[in-house]
Amino acid sequence: MTALVEVKGLDKAFGGVHAVEGVSFSVEAGQVYSVIGPNGAGKTTLFNLITGLYTPTKGEILLNGESTAKLEPNELAERGMCRTFQQMQICMNMTAIENVMLGRHLQLKSSLFTTLFRLPSLRRNEAAARKRAAELMEYVGCGDYLDAEASAMSYGALKRLEIARALAAEPKVILLDEPAAGLNAVETAALEDLIRKIADQGTTVMLVEHDMKLVMGISDRLLVLNYGRVLAEGTPEEIRQNPDVIAAYLGG
Amino acid sequence: MLNTFMQSRLRGLVILALILVILPAFLGNPFHYELVTQMAIIAATVVGLNLLVGFAGQISLGHAGFFGLGAYFTGIATGTYGWSSVPALVVGAIVVGAIAWIVGRPILRLKGHYLSMATLAVGFIIAIILNNERALTGGPDGMPVPAFEIFGWELSAFGRYSLFGITIEGFQAWYIFASVVLLVAVWFALNLIESPIGRALRSVHGSEVAASVVGVNTAKYKSLVFVISAIYASLMGSLYAHFQGFITPAVASFEFSILFITMVVLGGMGSTFGVILGAVVLKLLPQVLADFQELEHVMFGLILMLTMIFMPKGLLPTLTAFVSKKMRKKAGGEA
Ligand SMILES: Nc1ncnc2c1ncn2[C@@H]1O[C@H](COP(=O)(O)OP(=O)(O)OP(=O)(O)O)[C@@H](O)[C@H]1O
Ligand SMILES: [Mg+2]
Repeated sequence: MTALVEVKGLDKAFGGVHAVEGVSFSVEAGQVYSVIGPNGAGKTTLFNLITGLYTPTKGEILLNGESTAKLEPNELAERGMCRTFQQMQICMNMTAIENVMLGRHLQLKSSLFTTLFRLPSLRRNEAAARKRAAELMEYVGCGDYLDAEASAMSYGALKRLEIARALAAEPKVILLDEPAAGLNAVETAALEDLIRKIADQGTTVMLVEHDMKLVMGISDRLLVLNYGRVLAEGTPEEIRQNPDVIAAYLGG
Repeated sequence: MLNTFMQSRLRGLVILALILVILPAFLGNPFHYELVTQMAIIAATVVGLNLLVGFAGQISLGHAGFFGLGAYFTGIATGTYGWSSVPALVVGAIVVGAIAWIVGRPILRLKGHYLSMATLAVGFIIAIILNNERALTGGPDGMPVPAFEIFGWELSAFGRYSLFGITIEGFQAWYIFASVVLLVAVWFALNLIESPIGRALRSVHGSEVAASVVGVNTAKYKSLVFVISAIYASLMGSLYAHFQGFITPAVASFEFSILFITMVVLGGMGSTFGVILGAVVLKLLPQVLADFQELEHVMFGLILMLTMIFMPKGLLPTLTAFVSKKMRKKAGGEA
């Protein structure tokens, strides 16, 4: 059985800084796989490499057995990968629901001709996309904001909106970079439920998160990074008992 | 029912159509008609430019180049080679679209000032070619362009036509023609913006990374919108050439490019009806301030700067926000 995401000997250097160094691991389909580590450990860089925003200095990433070396982020999206960002990336020049509908870009191919004349087929597809987007916004818990301008939404709602947009793409694997950052306890609990629901529907989840309670409760496996290198890899139980992790990261 | 209409997506288009129908009541002489017809043609051009600048967040400081290419393609094809107007206009648009695609691919990788400089250069090169190819274009002296002709029927500003039993003057016929063209140009733009393609374009502006991770090929969409806006410019350049009956390389000049951009910025980037207002205001201004003609360019520069500082959203969006705020206040006071 091939892994859904396989990372082999990955290196990324920015000038003299090795943000990611010799990182290998693999994620099986259906898992919740978390990446943890202190600030600056290279977690976001790792996600940027996996999603094609950065080019590795060395090493290889396989998605479903296919090398992603020559693929642009949008081509990875075509192969079922989508993500959210630690620094939220919302299109503030659109309404909330349009942001989510943007997530359905790959499902909504229409020719320029159909578009310019707004033919019935386009209207039907748009209506269906809108309905689906509204359902997703309800699902992630920002159903109150449908036609609000994105710029008028609260931080917590925008974080959920970004997840809805990623889900709209119907990804096989979704990467969430610190989705709980800046959320209060109630919102974090809701987020945990949401991630569970996403995983239960069969979507593979890769998660970067500092909230240990959330991560330990939800993950099938964890990768611990420190200064760009792998400190440990395993189930939450194994990580909790790993002496290196205890010494370097969990602090005692 | 009125309510649902007021919220419908074609509200603006219907209002624009009404204005265009009523407007002739206020037009006293051929000169007025000429001015308004020019306005409509230029407005349609900036509606196209706004797709690139206002919606996709890119810039073109050389768009008059495409306008000028369309104008000269029509001038040469119909004048020198005796083509009919419609084929000239269509082939011209295809050629200009192809040129825009070829130059757009590499330069749209650039961002900010670099993209400004590159598009500026494109405009300059086109203007220089039109100036220098005397044999073809007549050089700086310009060239005459025949009247618009379709199926052997000529539309000349100096003609006289019978339409449904009503006799109208050529300049009135041109006004009707240009109005219809503007309405179609706006309708296409509105349809484009509110579609998957339009969302992809706007996402390039909103967040290029967000766009790419949901599968938008950002480079492809930037090229696409550059080509579409160039085709708008080319088609309108062709009509402008027929309407004016005479063109000089000034139609492709830097000053014209800046005028287009100023119309977009003043009217409201990303507001289709806003940029039409921008075109109207900036076409009217020189008429009102005829005494300051040599200061025209200074004025446009000043308008551009002041708008960006004090009214970054542009004239129409600022006005609408102001009015709806007033109305809300009033409604709140009554409740
Ligand atoms: N584009 C870049 N250019 C230069 N250095 C970078 C770049 N991106 C990341 N780095 C550096 O790489 C290292 C890892 O950064 P990264 O953002 O991946 O850490 P992180 O684990 O996500 O941290 P945090 O928990 O704070 O989000 C840091 O030292 C950072 O300064
Ligand atoms: Mg990070």
